[in-house]
Amino acid sequence: MRRSGWFWLSIGALYFIIPLAATAEFSFKDGYSYSFAAYREIFDDPQFRDTFFLSLKLAIATIIVALLLFIPTVYWVHLRLPRLRPAVQFISALPFVVPPIVLIVGILYVYNYQWVPGKYLGSPYYLVPGYVVLAFPFMFFALDNAFRAIDVHTLTEASQSLGAGWTRTLWRVILPNISTGAIAAAFLTFALVMGEFTMASLALFNTFPTYINYIGQTKANPAAALTIISFGITWLALLGILLVGRRPGRAAVQVGGAR
Amino acid sequence: MPYLELQQLHKEFGDFIAIEELDLALEGGEFLSLLGPSGCGKTTALRIVAGFERPTSGRIVVEGKDLTHVPPNHRDMGMVFQAYSLFPNMNAQDNVEFGLRVRRKPPSDRKRKVAELIELVGLSEAAKRYPHQLSGGMQQRVALARALAIEPRVLLLDEPLSALDALVRVQLREEIRRLQTQLGITTLYVTHDQEEALSISDRVAVLTQGRIEQIGTPADIYNEPTTPFVAEFIGTMNRLEATVTDDGEVDFHGTRLRVENARGHQSGERVLVLVRPETLAVQESANGGGGLGGNVVAHIFLGATTRVKIDAAGQELSADIPSTRAATLPVGARVSATFPAESARVLALEEKPGSPATAPADR
Repeated sequence: MRRSGWFWLSIGALYFIIPLAATAEFSFKDGYSYSFAAYREIFDDPQFRDTFFLSLKLAIATIIVALLLFIPTVYWVHLRLPRLRPAVQFISALPFVVPPIVLIVGILYVYNYQWVPGKYLGSPYYLVPGYVVLAFPFMFFALDNAFRAIDVHTLTEASQSLGAGWTRTLWRVILPNISTGAIAAAFLTFALVMGEFTMASLALFNTFPTYINYIGQTKANPAAALTIISFGITWLALLGILLVGRRPGRAAVQVGGAR
Repeated sequence: MPYLELQQLHKEFGDFIAIEELDLALEGGEFLSLLGPSGCGKTTALRIVAGFERPTSGRIVVEGKDLTHVPPNHRDMGMVFQAYSLFPNMNAQDNVEFGLRVRRKPPSDRKRKVAELIELVGLSEAAKRYPHQLSGGMQQRVALARALAIEPRVLLLDEPLSALDALVRVQLREEIRRLQTQLGITTLYVTHDQEEALSISDRVAVLTQGRIEQIGTPADIYNEPTTPFVAEFIGTMNRLEATVTDDGEVDFHGTRLRVENARGHQSGERVLVLVRPETLAVQESANGGGGLGGNVVAHIFLGATTRVKIDAAGQELSADIPSTRAATLPVGARVSATFPAESARVLALEEKPGSPATAPADR
C-alpha cells in the first residue's frame, strides 16, 4: 500500500480506537489510581447477571426461531420459487427501513388482542417475535449467499434419486453445505439481540441493553466498564463468524450485501 | 416384455410441447441413447423417467409396474447428472455410501459395497478425497459409483460427459459402457453428441421437437437415415437436391449421376441425394471421367484423412480422402468427385427439407 494509504487508514483506525481507549482508560479509573473496582461492581451486581442471562436466552430463542423459519424458506425459494426471491429479499430488508420503535408499537398493539393468552404477557419471550423480525435481513442475506454458492437443484435431485426424502435431504445434504451461512446469521442475530434497546425498553422489560442504559445514567465508571464488556461480546461474535468462514474446505462466508 | 417403457409420454410447459406422445421400450440390460439438439425434449424425457418432472399425460412402466406417480426417492433409479452433483460435505466414499445409508443396509455390507464400487471405477486411492479435491472426470466416476451402489432398476445419465475435456470424455464413455455391460443394467443415456451416442449405445433414438425421428442401432442410424433431419444430424452428409430422370439416375445441375436408391422414385420427382464424405472419390478433371465437377476450395487436415471441400455448381461438397492423395489436389485444382452408385441415400424432397427449425404442423 502507498504511504498516503497508510495515513488515511491510520486516521480511520484512530477514529475507532481513541474513544474505545478512552472508555477503557476511564473504566479502570478509581479515584486517582487504576483498579478493577468498576468491573467488580458490575459483576457483583445481581441485576447484571439477571439481565445478561435473560438477553442470552432471548438471543438463543431468537436464533432458533429465525433459523427454523428462514432455512426452509430460503431453500424453497431457491429450489421452487426463484421468481419470488426479489419479493422475499424486499420483505427481509424491511426492518432496515422500518424503525424498531414502529415495530414495537405495532407488536404491542397486536399483543393487546383478546387471543393472546394473558398470563404470558408478562414474559420477556414476547420480545422474541419482534427480534426475529429485526433479524430478517441478517438471516436472509447470509443464508441467501450460502444457498447461491451451492447447486441446490442438482444436490436435491441427487439426494432424492438415491432414495432420500425431504427431511434427510435438508438435514444431511443441504444443511451441512450452508452451515457457514447459518452460523454467520446466528452470530449476527446474537449481536443484534445482545444490543437491542428500543423494543425491550418500550415493552418495559429489563434486558442487558436496558441495564447498560440504566447504569449509563446512574454510575460513571461502571458504565464505561459495561461498555467495554458489551463491546467484547459483539467482537467475539464477529470473530466467531470470521473463524467459521475460514474453516478449510469451505467457501468463505460473505455477510450481507448482494453479490 | 420390455423392461422399461415410456408410453404415450406427453409433456407441455405452458404452450410449449416438450415431448409429444413419445413411445419407447427398452429391453432388460439394453443401453439406449436419446440423441438430439438442445431443446428436443431428451432431458425432459429422462427427468420424467427419474420422477423429477410429471408428464402431462402418459406412463412410465418398469417391469410391468406403473411408476408414473411414484416419487423420485421411491423409484430406485440411479442418476448421473451433468456436473456438481456430488455432496460437497462428504468425501468420495461417503458419497457412494449415501444411498446405502438411506436404505439402512448394515454397516459391514455398506463398507464392502462401497469399496467394491470405488474399486470398479478405479478410484481406490482417492476414496477419502472431497469433491473439490477431485478432477471433473473423477467426480463423474464417483457420481457413477454412487448411482450404481443402490443397485438401481434403471441407470439414467444426463449428459454426464458434457462438462469434461475431450480426452477424458472418450475414456470415460468407454468405461461407462464397460461397466454397463458388466453389470447388465438397463440404461437410458441422454446426449447431444452423436459420436458419443453412436459409440456406446445398443440403440439410438434421434429426437427432434419432442418426437422420435428415428430409432435403431448406431449402424442403422448412420448408414440408413430415414429422414433429412437424421441424415443431417448424424455425421457429415453431402446433400444434393436433384431430379430423378431415368431408373436409377438423377440429374444434378445438368450432371447425370447413377444412384441405385433412386429406383422406385418417379421420373421428374425432386429428391435429396445424401452422400457421406468418406464415399466420395476425387480425381483431377484432366483425367476425364464424369461425376461432379468443381474446384477445390479448402483442405481440412484430419490426420490420416483430409477433408477436401469442393465447390460444385455452387454446392459445397466434402470428401474425406487419404491425406497423401489430397496433397496432389491443391486448393484451386479442377476436380471431379464420384461415388459408388449404391452408396447414396435418396429421400423424397417435400417441404423444406431437413431444416431442424421447421415447426411441426399446427395442433
